[in-house]
Amino acid sequence: MQERVKSPKFDVVGTRPVRPDGADKVTGRAKYGADHNVAGQLVGKVLRSPHPHARIKSIDTSAALAMTGVKAVVTRDDFKDQSSEFVPAGEMLVNYRDVVRNVMAREKVLFEGHPVAAVAATSESVARAALRAIKVEYEILPHVIDVVEAMKPDAPIVEDGMITVGVTPPPTKPSNVAKRVEFVLGDIEKGFKEADLVIEREFNTKPVHQGYIEPHACVASVSEDGTAELWTTTQGHWIARAHCARLLGWDMTKLRVTSSEIGGGFGGKTVVYLEPLALALSAKTHRPVKMAMTREEVFKASGPTSGANVWVKMGVKKDGTITAGEAVLKYQAGCFQGSPVQPGCMCAFAPYDLANVKVVGFDVLSNRPKVAAYRAPGGPISEYAVESVVDEIAEKLGMCPIELRLKNAAKEGTKAAYGPKFGPVGMVECLEAAKGSPHWKAPLGKNQGRGIAAGFWFNIGGETTVNLQLNEDGTLTLMAGTPDIGGLRASLAMMAAEELKIPYEKVRPIIADTSSLGYNFVTGGSRSTFSSGLATVEAARSIIKQACGRAAKLWEIPEDAVTWESGEIKPAGDNAGKFKPMTLTDIAKVAGKTGGSIVGVGAISAQGAAPSFGVHIADSEVDPDTGKLTITRYTVIQDAGIAIHPAYVEGQYQGGAAQGIGWALNEEYIYGDDGKLQNAGFLDYRIPVASDLPMIETIIVEVPNPRHPYGVRGIGETAIVPPMAAINASAARATGVRMFELPLSPPKVLKAMKAAKKA
Amino acid sequence: MKHHVTTTVNGDEVEFLCETEQTLLDCLRDELELTGTKEGCGSGDCGACSVLLDGRLVCSCLVLGVETNGKKIETIEGMATGDKLHPLQRKFLEHAALQCGICTPGVLVAAKSLLEKNPNPTETEVRYWLAGNLCRCTGYDKIIRAVMDAAAEMRGA
Repeated sequence: MQERVKSPKFDVVGTRPVRPDGADKVTGRAKYGADHNVAGQLVGKVLRSPHPHARIKSIDTSAALAMTGVKAVVTRDDFKDQSSEFVPAGEMLVNYRDVVRNVMAREKVLFEGHPVAAVAATSESVARAALRAIKVEYEILPHVIDVVEAMKPDAPIVEDGMITVGVTPPPTKPSNVAKRVEFVLGDIEKGFKEADLVIEREFNTKPVHQGYIEPHACVASVSEDGTAELWTTTQGHWIARAHCARLLGWDMTKLRVTSSEIGGGFGGKTVVYLEPLALALSAKTHRPVKMAMTREEVFKASGPTSGANVWVKMGVKKDGTITAGEAVLKYQAGCFQGSPVQPGCMCAFAPYDLANVKVVGFDVLSNRPKVAAYRAPGGPISEYAVESVVDEIAEKLGMCPIELRLKNAAKEGTKAAYGPKFGPVGMVECLEAAKGSPHWKAPLGKNQGRGIAAGFWFNIGGETTVNLQLNEDGTLTLMAGTPDIGGLRASLAMMAAEELKIPYEKVRPIIADTSSLGYNFVTGGSRSTFSSGLATVEAARSIIKQACGRAAKLWEIPEDAVTWESGEIKPAGDNAGKFKPMTLTDIAKVAGKTGGSIVGVGAISAQGAAPSFGVHIADSEVDPDTGKLTITRYTVIQDAGIAIHPAYVEGQYQGGAAQGIGWALNEEYIYGDDGKLQNAGFLDYRIPVASDLPMIETIIVEVPNPRHPYGVRGIGETAIVPPMAAINASAARATGVRMFELPLSPPKVLKAMKAAKKA
Repeated sequence: MKHHVTTTVNGDEVEFLCETEQTLLDCLRDELELTGTKEGCGSGDCGACSVLLDGRLVCSCLVLGVETNGKKIETIEGMATGDKLHPLQRKFLEHAALQCGICTPGVLVAAKSLLEKNPNPTETEVRYWLAGNLCRCTGYDKIIRAVMDAAAEMRGA
């Protein structure tokens, strides 16, 4: 199954065909979360907490329930409490004690927007009126928003009685620090002693939202016999099924979950919010219930990623050899534990081959929505800080920042601080490509600066099932279960076509529901093309094997006397030339008479995932009067392993870069002293628009993953890692001042420039 | 009491009933079952609900259903002709100018409106015209290229 790539020359892989789901998406036919309607459906709405932190003394729903058109109300009383333990859900560890409290507040509300009740009514206006009729009595508690404040001994405690894990001996007093993690390699004291230059810096970043344009939406329908259908926009419908079945105490088999077309996720649609509420409301009424979040609800009550405080210290010799790297990461988790601080720690120094590393991370609660995964969760924050220090080292040593990185770059055999040794990786190749790029050599204009930064992110495998059925006319239907957010169906059809030596158009891929296909873990961890690709190849090879078996039967020769060669089934050995070769189409036509339908199944736990390194070059120009930074040129260089569909690989590079540009320049959650979010809309939470950006140049580096038949690496996430540091470095040169806080918004930049002028 | 509205949608005369506060977006999606027009924000900030109203590009979430009585509405569902995609639709597919596709209907409607007014836009003109259409997936690069390429083809260049 797993073999080294012999030659990157393929018939289909590497071409750019039109995606199979394309026509439906340019004509408005494709059905997303909010586009599905069921006859007789009710409208579900959520009552949300107006307070960042309060004890719920009572909830009175009687007036709402008495209203005409109100069919059901659910509150904390409708969900059984769950014990506090981390249990596996697919590859994730999930604490259902927290999940049940996140979908519906129990003892306390923990952030502004926390659900307190949900209603189902005959119309949107009745549902809204019902929310106003629900009386909730709160005892308001002091709140804490900032991560550093939340770690102070006298901070308000978000989770009563929480004791920090990972500290010996365990603390005796509760705090907001859920966990301390540590990764150590070598001896940093020794490393710093060897250094000629030591730089120590502190950075702060703000929470940013995934910003998918499609708000969360679902339709639930529970029958009188307890079977249920759920239509939802999700990155993983098997995980959605697991969470809902657990929270509602149902058998999984009774719940059929269909993933709609998904209007962006970026990690934020790997959790459930509305789904358990809609199912609970439908279970009470036996009417379909449709729920959709408003944009304000998306911002206030679905996961942004962490804001953080990061301290970095690095030592380096005069020749550019980095002797030690140390970092302390304090990540906001939101109101429940589980920030991405661990991957943040693992990524921090991953682009470098270092002997001495120590990274300590803290997972810290505060009165914010629980963070959700966001593209390379945790990585962009720690690598922004480390790469910014690397850039400062290059400047202080008078070294080219590419040469400094080349001198220390991770390569095959490098032992990462978090444990494993890298296989073949493309960090050096990306740096070399950057050095040779037209962008790196281009002249700069007035008030402009150029920055470069590297980034690393993992790739995961996990449980994956693909089903390929050979239709009677020789075409194939491919069922995958990792929701397709941006071209997956094209890539899978291409790999099937390549393997079966048939035209791409003859394979029709769909995303199947949880009752039609074996288990699939989420689309996340840059795994869908990698893992579903592996399962597709396995399914295709099974089709070939079965087809050969059918030919053997027809020819009345042993199965091992039949071979598959360039799309044809041929008799071999002593029988060579005795029978006319058959194609898959020939076999398909006689399948019914030779043993029945031919179905190939790839049901695997995908192994051999390979990480991807990237290097970004950013040019920024500062307006000296306003402090506004504009990105004037941008290039993404990243290792794709092998690009199956290069246009969608480029798309991932460009999209990741654009999100990183937003993170670097504009995006942030702004809270008032009252603990309430002040910019819960696209007008005030400004993601990059078309006129903010230049064309984003891409260079696809291909260092094949030896453990994938087509050399695939996960590539979707790495591209959001380097932008913040690359832009920070370019801003330092454009403005003449180094900054240590994101976003680099105009007032902040102007203030820094004015302060530098005075000094 | 509901209002009785008569409009033309994609060339067909249609009637629907709506409440006073129902937006054109809600009327299209909920009353006429034309779900190709998307809701991303409901506040006129994202452009996913872009339609043409008497030839003018509007966010349908900022227009009331009752305001459209006697007017002409064009949505994404009316963009292709028979089995022929509009050149913009075709170029979006050829350039892989969509990933998740949720913003695509709004972007296409807005781009069509641009090319009707300005058949030969510069890159900057395309970027500013589409600045009201948020896309979180693509970084806009391939969208801009697809629009420029479609414009060139439509000019016969």
